[in-house]
Amino acid sequence: MTFINYAAREINCKIVYYGPGLGGKTTNLKWIYGRSNPTSRGKLISLATETDRTLFFDFLPLDLGTIRGFRTRFHLYTVPGQVFYDASRKLILKGVDGVVFVADSQSARMEANLESLKNLQMNLKEQGYDLNKMPYVLQLNKRDTATAVPVEELKRRLGLRNEPVFEAVAQTGGGVFDTLKAIARMVLVELKKTA
Amino acid sequence: MHTSDLILGEEDFQAIRSLISKLRSEANAKIVCLVDRNGQQIAGVGDLQTLDTTALASLAAGNVAATDSLARLIGEKDFTALYHEGEKDNLHISVVGGKVILVVIFDVRSSLGLVRLRVKRHSAELAAALERMRERSAKARSGKMGASPFADITDEDIDSLFGG
Repeated sequence: MTFINYAAREINCKIVYYGPGLGGKTTNLKWIYGRSNPTSRGKLISLATETDRTLFFDFLPLDLGTIRGFRTRFHLYTVPGQVFYDASRKLILKGVDGVVFVADSQSARMEANLESLKNLQMNLKEQGYDLNKMPYVLQLNKRDTATAVPVEELKRRLGLRNEPVFEAVAQTGGGVFDTLKAIARMVLVELKKTA
Repeated sequence: MHTSDLILGEEDFQAIRSLISKLRSEANAKIVCLVDRNGQQIAGVGDLQTLDTTALASLAAGNVAATDSLARLIGEKDFTALYHEGEKDNLHISVVGGKVILVVIFDVRSSLGLVRLRVKRHSAELAAALERMRERSAKARSGKMGASPFADITDEDIDSLFGG
């Protein structure tokens, strides 16, 4: 749900990073935080366990600049990836404008990717969203790992439509900003369409 | 997907701001913020420079969402208010009109009783103002308020955000 504040001349959009546990969602946000201008980013909030597993969500507000006199602000959220945190994931998807699915390229994580993707579709559907009709980007993370499944195979098994697909190594930042730019662009184009 | 976009105009913003200002002064509170259930801040008054209100909005919404789920889990419809007590500052969080979150931060100069009383007193008025905002929002979406400034965003506008 985009929030347009005419008084403060701001547009606020919500982007959620979804995907299986330990797939690199939080790492994406940490990289964005580390490489953004301190004046254009807010605090990175991580509600995590003692072992750094996301417990509820990570949150990073990011100011992308001005468009037609309106400050364009994106609120980036991650969900906890572990299967048993489903109740929390549903809460975070509320009012989402765009989704990034962070897939783990390692062959051993293929089933976890498929399960998480199915879970995303189901949770969105419960809230009246259709993943096929909303801004959506697929990120293939951990491309540097020894057991990384070939890109074409991942696309075939995880691709839903003609969504933009980005190869990434979030640890060292590869593909992180390309993914963010793509989803931000799609959200803004959607805003234009529905304006 | 933007069927429920929230659009806040100058007039509504001022009306809401004036209502929460009144609440702040009557409750002797440090800060009063109004937050949308999805975590976006709508308006805030008080000593805001000392606080990261964007983070506050997101965490308050997360807190309310989690508490609502807890309520349903034990068979309650919802919990109407949350109260967190600190050494110096305290936090009172309530849901107004079922849709918007009101956060009041106060210290020893006030008390929980006073805050609760004032929040209760102003909630109906605030809910009415928010309802007007929603109606106007819906009208704006259906084009009755004139074209949205985003109707004619160009690809170049979007490119410029990302440095070309």
